[in-house]
Amino acid sequence: MKQLRSTLTGLTLCAVAVTTAIAASDVGDSPSITPRAMADSLHLVMDSDRAVYTKKIVNRLVKKDKVIKASEHFEDDQALALPAQMFRFGAEMVAQRSEDMSDVNFSYSLQSLWPVNKQNAPKTDAEKAGLEFVAANKGKNYYTEETLGGQKYFTAVYADTAVAPVCVSCHNDHKDSPKRDFKLGDVMGGVVIRIPVDG
Amino acid sequence: MGTRTNHTLWAAWLLLTIGLGTALAWLMLTGSDKTLFMPGPLSPGHHQLGDNCGVCHSDALGGGEVLQEACVECHGEDRKKPFDSHPRTKFTDPRNADRLEQINALQCVTCHLEHRPEITRKNGVTLPRDVCFHCHSDIAEDRPSHAGMAFTSCTDAGCHNFHNNRALYTDFLVKHLHEPDLLEPAQLPAREFAAVLEELMDYPADRYPVEPLDADMADAPAGTAVEATLLDDWATTAHARSGVNCSACHLLSRETNAQPLWTDYPDTENCGDCHDLEVKRFQRGKHGMRLAAGLPPMTPGEAQLPMHADATHSQLTCNSCHTPHRYDSRHAAVEACLDCHDDTHSRAYTDSPHHLLWQREQRGELPAGSGVSCASCHMPRIKYDVNDWVSRIMVDHNQSADLSPNSKMIRPACLHCHGLAFSIDALADPDQIERNFRGPPGVHVDSMEMAERDLERAREETDAGEESSSNP
Repeated sequence: MKQLRSTLTGLTLCAVAVTTAIAASDVGDSPSITPRAMADSLHLVMDSDRAVYTKKIVNRLVKKDKVIKASEHFEDDQALALPAQMFRFGAEMVAQRSEDMSDVNFSYSLQSLWPVNKQNAPKTDAEKAGLEFVAANKGKNYYTEETLGGQKYFTAVYADTAVAPVCVSCHNDHKDSPKRDFKLGDVMGGVVIRIPVDG
Repeated sequence: MGTRTNHTLWAAWLLLTIGLGTALAWLMLTGSDKTLFMPGPLSPGHHQLGDNCGVCHSDALGGGEVLQEACVECHGEDRKKPFDSHPRTKFTDPRNADRLEQINALQCVTCHLEHRPEITRKNGVTLPRDVCFHCHSDIAEDRPSHAGMAFTSCTDAGCHNFHNNRALYTDFLVKHLHEPDLLEPAQLPAREFAAVLEELMDYPADRYPVEPLDADMADAPAGTAVEATLLDDWATTAHARSGVNCSACHLLSRETNAQPLWTDYPDTENCGDCHDLEVKRFQRGKHGMRLAAGLPPMTPGEAQLPMHADATHSQLTCNSCHTPHRYDSRHAAVEACLDCHDDTHSRAYTDSPHHLLWQREQRGELPAGSGVSCASCHMPRIKYDVNDWVSRIMVDHNQSADLSPNSKMIRPACLHCHGLAFSIDALADPDQIERNFRGPPGVHVDSMEMAERDLERAREETDAGEESSSNP
């Protein structure tokens, strides 16, 4: 209960921080939040939401109550969507909805050095360096700038760790997984957040 | 003298140019018929819309954004369902900026140019067949089974297509390995409408509660001449059994008009009051797309496929196939199709094993859903989202949806009765399609074997991993 309360408090604080950041851009050119603080806030929301889904929905129903399966083919299998899919669907919806919001501009994705889906392997130099850094330096984030398609971005990479047994079992058992010896608490990949910056 | 003549000619040329320019501009901005400006014939998918350029070119002064909007207006939903593996958001993501430079996947016209018959291929694609190469040149590294395959073969036999790349994903193939050609039971799912009626917020259940009506309860206004046969027909339908009285179809503008008007000839719009999804899907297909564009109904005479000469001028509305008052879905599923369609595949239907099953079902020798009509395959029963919260199994009235490519038909139609391997082979064989699936497929596609080899590969890797972890 205490954990849930602190999670909700964190979520609320982050929502306030992000709202403040967006509102600040409406009133002037000087943002009151740095790209790094904004990325940290966004990541806290994303990470907490996914942890809640993973622990309180997927792990509870699949591992504890054993009433339903989770599957990447959740529609065909009439199962729960995987936490990584829930995360990606959210990222796609954000990209879709923010297209019509001139003051909201960021993107994020879940990537890994050992991706089940090869499309989620790092592509840019920053992604590769960031994923390697967070895997080698547990508890630390990676921040850099990069230029893609002529636009400069502040890019942040956060470690994505195995928070529940389902994370480990799913990745270790998947036929397309290039790594099958993950343990609970291991860094399995990273969340990459990009915010366009001037210059 | 020569100079004066030159001036006169120049003035005449100028006046003519201005006059012609003005006339063309006037026609462009205000004219109803703009076919004069058509740069080339329309593709088979759009040829019916040639007399209303405004369907796509909704703003004479607009640019690419107008065309993009028009594409999405009609095809946007098809991109989302059942699964679009190349959504727009994939290409707006900065990490794919390099791919976007290779191919502008944000604009439909990058791959689907109109008015260019000389480069238009099947499914309205105007890019070369090896387009996948731009982003997937290293596919053999990820999937060794694909090594050596030509990039011109990606879309063959339903393996991949850009907008629904995952219809036949590897795990799906594995799940259906070693299925018999004919499944047991071989049966279509039952349609759902009554079962979800209470959840359909737009259904006028307050005016027409679901309760059986008989001919004596018909609510046609006093003085309306109603033939006894019409009443009898209505009384035997699902409409009468479900409380759908005369006024439900024959009264116009019930919502907004204080004085509802009776019409003897309800049209598609009236049907849509209750069957909005069916009408919407009908208007997305080649049967109803002209109605959606505000044009007169399609007629077989305007079709590019062979049609019966005596059907040339028949107009395609709901009532064309669903005979009014009788609304016999069995007639709509076979006879209504064959009344117009006269191509080899259609003519071969009555000698096909599918038709034999259909006849046996009609005679009561087989359970409902065992027969195979034209509609069983071309208007499959699919689970369709009514909204974000409710779905129901309905007949997809967009009969064009599963033809481009035809492998789209495998999941909603073939797999109710046939194994996946058989279905893939059957739809890859044009000769078998011509003879309406009489006899075995003469083509074999290697998809299932590839999936089985991949399964074996994964098993070996898993075993090797377990062995190494138990013997460190």
